[in-house]
Amino acid sequence: MKTKAIAFNTFKEAIKDRILYLLFFFAAACLIFSRILALLTVGDRVKIIADVGLAALSLIGALMAILVGTGLVYKEIDKKTIYTLLVKPIRRRQFILGKFFGMVMTLGVMLFFMTLIFLAVLFLHTFQIDWRLFVAVLLIFIELTLVAAVAILFSSFSTPILSSIFTLAFYLIGHFSWGFETLIEKMPSGLLKFLVQVIYTLLPDLENFNYKTEIVHHLPLPSSAVLLSIVYGIAYTSFILALAVIIFRKRDFL
Amino acid sequence: MPAALEVRDLHKSFKTGFFLKKRKVLKGISFSVEQGEIFGYLGPNGAGKTTTIKCLMGLIFPETGRMRILDLPFDSLRAKARVGFLPENPYFYDYLTAREFLHFYGQLFRLGKQGRETKISSLLRLVDLEDSADLQLRKFSRGMLQRIGLAQSLLNEPSLVILDEPLGGLDPIGRKEIRDIVTRLKEEGKTVFLSSHILQDIEMICDRVAIIVNGEIISQGRLSDLISEKVLFTELIISGIDPARLKDLGENFMVRGERMFLKVFDESKLENILTLVREENGKLQSLIPRTETLEDIFVGMVKKK
Repeated sequence: MKTKAIAFNTFKEAIKDRILYLLFFFAAACLIFSRILALLTVGDRVKIIADVGLAALSLIGALMAILVGTGLVYKEIDKKTIYTLLVKPIRRRQFILGKFFGMVMTLGVMLFFMTLIFLAVLFLHTFQIDWRLFVAVLLIFIELTLVAAVAILFSSFSTPILSSIFTLAFYLIGHFSWGFETLIEKMPSGLLKFLVQVIYTLLPDLENFNYKTEIVHHLPLPSSAVLLSIVYGIAYTSFILALAVIIFRKRDFL
Repeated sequence: MPAALEVRDLHKSFKTGFFLKKRKVLKGISFSVEQGEIFGYLGPNGAGKTTTIKCLMGLIFPETGRMRILDLPFDSLRAKARVGFLPENPYFYDYLTAREFLHFYGQLFRLGKQGRETKISSLLRLVDLEDSADLQLRKFSRGMLQRIGLAQSLLNEPSLVILDEPLGGLDPIGRKEIRDIVTRLKEEGKTVFLSSHILQDIEMICDRVAIIVNGEIISQGRLSDLISEKVLFTELIISGIDPARLKDLGENFMVRGERMFLKVFDESKLENILTLVREENGKLQSLIPRTETLEDIFVGMVKKK
């Protein structure tokens, strides 16, 4: 009940953030623009709309998680609202989890409305809905959850600007770290290969949540791979949240 | 009956500057607050009052020291459930209305919806904010914020209420309102621990005080023990006699129109003045004996330190 109360209050606060609406309109513009882009393209126009649309959901959603998520914990400390909150009979982990779930709720609502626009644009073009698109959106949601957890981790000990930079770096590294996979395959075995393997394991691989190619181009979508991606997302998010709780538990609020 | 609050040998330092040099803020603070009393924690700015309170409330971690609240470990959820706290210059979620805000905090005490409604209505009445209950907190004045802060600290019917500078930044009416509420809390059997540097207010309501200077408690006890009843000097206002005859009988002699002001330290001189007034058919307009105030003691101790 306590975590829930904090989560709902966080949701109330986050949903009032103007950045969120700015990004939302930007997403809507991108989705509508994808239709215009499709008109200029030779080839399968539906694929362009779906591809650009899903990419917009993922990128704008991540920006929402970064820009709003990094301020949430910091604001409570900066404005000193945390002084009256943490002295109530709650544990510090409940505070962090409350903030996280509040942010997840906010992202869920935003993603829901962005998806509605996306599907509407697509439906106007094809007059049918591909159920596999929901799988892509679900995985984008899991990715956003992870990004929100990272934003909260950084904001529990750093300022919003630094936290935003760190979280954006996490997002970018996460989307390019799959390059290591190719590198490892090509490398001769030895200490260096082992080291690169360790680095790759520690770094997030956000491409695990990217099923755009499979879905847009109607390639097979093995349920085991999707399931593995979901488990990976949940495990990584839990790890990041645990880290945030450990850091936050020892913190002095001056 | 166990103490409402017990602090033993509390130490805390902060690391400051580029080289993270340690600066001792609390140097072995010890005191205890009995149940049912109003305890004043006095000290100049930067003495360590807020740091002590933040340690007690689990917002910062002390290096060493033992703290117990109502005979429970200070950081246990059971202790927190029985304490109310109002920080210095409180700031709350300004996008919430007063009622929404109290509902949110009520949920953190696991109060049911029905219980919350009743409690919140009575608290809003207590702090006289019934008319502003549905106003967003961003529209609240300083005094109103202090009062809603007091209301949130009383949501759980606490046995111990800790108030950090509750009278700071308030106008005389605001200060009186808070003082009245604090006195009422004592009448209800609650223990109140309040820090302040506004001495007159403390003097009016506190049973016992502790004075902290530079991270050390330099004095503590009952107000009646700290302040002696002895008359330090007498202030007089006289008119209708020759100023030249009065001039040498007291200190700080001043003439303002008809009236003459003077301070008398010696009781025998006071007798002489009164005889003079009678003989010359003058008029004694005011005679005020000044006893020692908390402020005198406080200023004396802080200077000595």
